[in-house]
Amino acid sequence: MTQPGASTEQAAASSDSGNVLLEVRKVAKNFGAREVLKHISLEIASGEFLTLLGESGSGKTTLLRLIAGFEQPTSGEIWMNGERLDTLPPYKRRVNTVFQNYALFPHLNVQENVGYGLQVSGAANSEIPGRVNEALQMVKMQEFATARPAKLSGGQQQRVALARALVNRPRLLLLDEPLSALDANLRKQMQGELKSLQRELGITFLFVTHDQDEAMALSDRIALLKDGGLEQVASPREIYAHPVTSYTAEFIGQTNLLRGDVKDGVATCGSIRWRATQPTGSALFSLRPESIHLAPDGPVPAGAVLFRAVVRQQSFSGSSEHLELDLAGQSLRARIPARGPLTGEYQFWFSPADAVPVRQ
Amino acid sequence: MRCPSANEIKMYSRAYKWIVSVPPLLWVGIFLLLPYALMLADSFWLVRDGTLVREWNLQNYAKLFQNPVYLEVLFRTMRIAAGVTLLSLLLGYPLAYYMSFHTGVRKDLLYQLVIVPLWVSYLVRGYAWKTILGSEGVLNGFLQYIHVTKEPVSFFLYSPFAVVLMLTHIYTPFVFLPLYASLEHIPRNLVEASHDLGANSRATFLRVILPLSLPGLLAGATFAFVLTLGDFLAPLLVGGPSSIMIANIVQSLFGTAYDWPLGAAISVCILLLTISLLFLTERFEKRWSFR
Repeated sequence: MTQPGASTEQAAASSDSGNVLLEVRKVAKNFGAREVLKHISLEIASGEFLTLLGESGSGKTTLLRLIAGFEQPTSGEIWMNGERLDTLPPYKRRVNTVFQNYALFPHLNVQENVGYGLQVSGAANSEIPGRVNEALQMVKMQEFATARPAKLSGGQQQRVALARALVNRPRLLLLDEPLSALDANLRKQMQGELKSLQRELGITFLFVTHDQDEAMALSDRIALLKDGGLEQVASPREIYAHPVTSYTAEFIGQTNLLRGDVKDGVATCGSIRWRATQPTGSALFSLRPESIHLAPDGPVPAGAVLFRAVVRQQSFSGSSEHLELDLAGQSLRARIPARGPLTGEYQFWFSPADAVPVRQ
Repeated sequence: MRCPSANEIKMYSRAYKWIVSVPPLLWVGIFLLLPYALMLADSFWLVRDGTLVREWNLQNYAKLFQNPVYLEVLFRTMRIAAGVTLLSLLLGYPLAYYMSFHTGVRKDLLYQLVIVPLWVSYLVRGYAWKTILGSEGVLNGFLQYIHVTKEPVSFFLYSPFAVVLMLTHIYTPFVFLPLYASLEHIPRNLVEASHDLGANSRATFLRVILPLSLPGLLAGATFAFVLTLGDFLAPLLVGGPSSIMIANIVQSLFGTAYDWPLGAAISVCILLLTISLLFLTERFEKRWSFR
């Protein structure tokens, strides 16, 4: 077994040089007077697992529906493999969708559902049973071939929906919050299966979710949407380590947002000061809770920013302690290795490099 | 306040059950079961010298099959009913489909427009067709005005054609309503899934929408067929002698002909036909509903 993290990075690296499969060019979508998507441009590499992440109403599902062909863009173009996609009807696009609530045909059994795409696209009759069986095998649902969808559990319906979408061998698979209806354990398991399936088949996945943990665990790259615009597109590690905006910093993981005044290469926030490269003026910095360390816990590196703060609250989560610190009226969140109850004032430090400047 | 004991609650709930179930039972008993029982009894009696004689016999049923007129009229009635059913479906399905899938915000208004004719009296609509189809009528006037015909065309009115036309007009909303309801119940993402998997609109209609609307289609068809089967006003208003239907015969047997037993026998036959039809359609509706 390869390390999941390692292979994710390999895929991310190859996607930089790999050929572009899908290209979204300045796509906007209005519903009446409401701007749902604001001139989005996005490229998806062949074989990539890209996640559209955002809150509800951020436009992520609309973008997916534009690519599937269920909606028409108000302006802009979508291209796939050098072919204009947005002018084609959905049934002519080599794109398949796994719907949020599965959308299995209730009057057809499992194998008829899976075979539907082959049947309507005129695949040879001799070929259909074999390919259906192969798809069912892929999602481990062969024994339910003749069952009606109503008789299946949510997780089983999910697998059938996946098999049905994959049987046509699409170039691009769109997944619209496919795991949101499953309970937590099953969701974790399906995440793992989705990821390994994607790696095995080499099909490009465009995955929509509002769950940032899911996005981090699965994706080669994450495209974070906010109010119909792209906040940032980057690999999970990159987006976590170097969020560009305060919204991204707060949406992906937890963070402390520090407003500092920068003057002559020094940022000042309340009583703490650190070296910063920003031009003179007000600036916003994101400091992750795990970047704040307790001073006696080890050697303090040169250049570290030292400060004293009162521990207001402490909660223990096994391997680590979550602290709420009070620093002259400003509250900070810190996460340190488990080390027993803390009361009163302590000395903490962080490295100036971990205070990442972000846009408002 | 004293708490009621378990026994009191039991008694209370039993009394409650009695109070709510007796009136409807009485209603069904007095206005449905009793008349049917009387009709059934009548059908086994006979009329002698202009008076009803309560002698049990099967003569009435024998007459039904010996005299070809009755069977002929029954078959004509079923042909007309089939025609009305088919035409109502041909009109109602496209309308229901269009309204359910392609109207958007105008949906409610259009729905009302389909329902409005149901508020207009059956008789008024019957007379309206008389004025449209008659030899001095609107249709003939128009055809002569645009020089398609020179003389008034007489077969528009007083023909089975007129009966089918009028009943189609009257029963199309009845066909439309269950069809529209079943189409509205089809989740739209099934249509999207079908397109997504490579099916064009035609294939999507034939493989997804039509099968899922079959229960509504069947319910609508049953309405049109059964209601036409028992209709006697349309033949009187626009039908003429060539389109006498089975209910007209029953009506005259109970009226001028004064042969209640024979009329009752025919009614029993129609009733059995209708019940078996409803039984069959219910079986199919159950098989075709997947939720």
